[in-house]
Amino acid sequence: MDDTKVSEIRQMIIRHKRWDRLFALLGLCAMILGVLTLTVLFADLLIDGAHRIGVDFFTSFPSRKPESAGILSAFVGTCLVMLVTVVTAVPLGVAAAVYLEEYAPRNWMTDLIEINVSNLAGVPSIIYGLLALGLFVYALDFGQSILSAGLTLALLILPMVIVATRESIRAVPGSIREAAYAVGATKWQTVSSHVLPYSTGGILTGVIIGLARAIGETAPIITIGALTFIAFLPPAPIMAEAPFISFEWLFAPFTVMPIQMFNWLSRPEEAFQSNAAAAGVILIAMTLAMNALAIWLRYRYRKRIKW
Amino acid sequence: MLNIPKANLSTRNSGSSPEPTHLKAEVQQLNFYYSNGFHALKNINLALAEHQATALIGPSGCGKSTFLRCFNRMHDLYPNNRYQGKIIMHPDNTDILGPKVDPIEVRMRISMVFQKPNPFPKSIYENVAYGLRVRGVVKGRGNVDDKIEEALRGAALWDEVKDRLHDLAFNLSGGQQQRLCIARALATDPEILLFDEPTSALDPIATASIEELIHELKEKVTILIVTHNMQQAARVSDYTAFMHLGELVEFGDTDQIFTNPRQKRTEDYITGRYG
Repeated sequence: MDDTKVSEIRQMIIRHKRWDRLFALLGLCAMILGVLTLTVLFADLLIDGAHRIGVDFFTSFPSRKPESAGILSAFVGTCLVMLVTVVTAVPLGVAAAVYLEEYAPRNWMTDLIEINVSNLAGVPSIIYGLLALGLFVYALDFGQSILSAGLTLALLILPMVIVATRESIRAVPGSIREAAYAVGATKWQTVSSHVLPYSTGGILTGVIIGLARAIGETAPIITIGALTFIAFLPPAPIMAEAPFISFEWLFAPFTVMPIQMFNWLSRPEEAFQSNAAAAGVILIAMTLAMNALAIWLRYRYRKRIKW
Repeated sequence: MLNIPKANLSTRNSGSSPEPTHLKAEVQQLNFYYSNGFHALKNINLALAEHQATALIGPSGCGKSTFLRCFNRMHDLYPNNRYQGKIIMHPDNTDILGPKVDPIEVRMRISMVFQKPNPFPKSIYENVAYGLRVRGVVKGRGNVDDKIEEALRGAALWDEVKDRLHDLAFNLSGGQQQRLCIARALATDPEILLFDEPTSALDPIATASIEELIHELKEKVTILIVTHNMQQAARVSDYTAFMHLGELVEFGDTDQIFTNPRQKRTEDYITGRYG
């Protein structure tokens, strides 16, 4: 090869590498813009609300006086609503996904259902609120209760749970299923001792991401009629006398964190704005903690599985 | 014309045993169609001699794996695949392709070792025990432990893993994983053991140990092995079937197939003219 040809190649590489550097720069800018905006928002919340966060803030009911108002009822409400959501959405979603992926015959009906399940994930949450108002609050007469709210949010995250479960079930290689069938396992034996255990990490991740979305939902909860000012806790689930366990709390009126925030924000007094900021910080912290849990669980379950 | 396998088998005495070889299974007029209508197996007739190894050779796509997977009804896992013809299993004369025979029953009698080692992401112990678990064997752990040791010894893996039975199976080497899969297949005392190119993902040393194992396993089970590698067929099998384009071209004694093939196509294949 003569010298001119080598220098031509070098020239070309230099030209091509310009685009490389240009894109790296563009990507860096995009990344900084996104991350910086979020950081500034969070820092702003923290500056406004930090002085309000303390033990008292967690143990006080809302109050007319901003300095003594707290998030006790909203925090407890959020936790109980999430509990109802998990208990209903996980078994329903996982069972539906296992059916679709392992049992359902492959035909146009199944395809149609699959497409629509994915579409449901994109339905605006207020639509779920309207549906729940008609179905849970009035038709089934659950009232404006924790149960209604939990079921509403369960409907909302059900498509996410189904999609995440199906994806992690699909990630279990066919060769593992064949290995189980080849020693004489039935479909259920294969699903229960292989497919589900190996996809647990992915399923949990999907559930938690769904919950992290549900925890901040305001519109459907307002639609079904959550109260904005609650100065009492729902009845305790455990009682001193028989039958010891009570489900009365399911039917109690409630409020949740985002609604409490919304309520405070709409007050004219400046001091309530700090309360809203503080509640926002706690809500973000809860969401981040849930996502961290999801990452940790995925890591833990994936560690022993290599494919 | 196809060879009549029975004639071959009845005239053959296996070297060590003075008894004429018995048949373990007979394939009669087997046709197989995939769900897309592809006619993958055409009028296959073949017999498996008990406690002997039969090798299936042929170029890629000739249907040898498809044929092997008929024996444990693997094709039933996917919709709209269709069998025609019979595979009669002796001594009870069950047609394992019969519509009334549950594929799970067939898989409990006929085990399979796959092309790529596919251990479960569980412990070595649980991998071997899974076949027993599926049969509901949980109580009397002592008995299960014995079975597992026996299967691991049968797969020539016991000495390497006896001190770490509760380690993850993925920590074993490829060859060890494949022997673990053999142990898993052996733990349930199968009558026939199917091998689908069991050494194609392994290095030569691991391959040699698996081939040696197949020799030893013949005492306990009847073996049907698919292989790409003609030297391997010649080394491990007593009978060899050459398949091409879904047909069984020639079936006979391994020595005869490799030294004196009767069909032109067989000769072309084993001398490396195609495939």
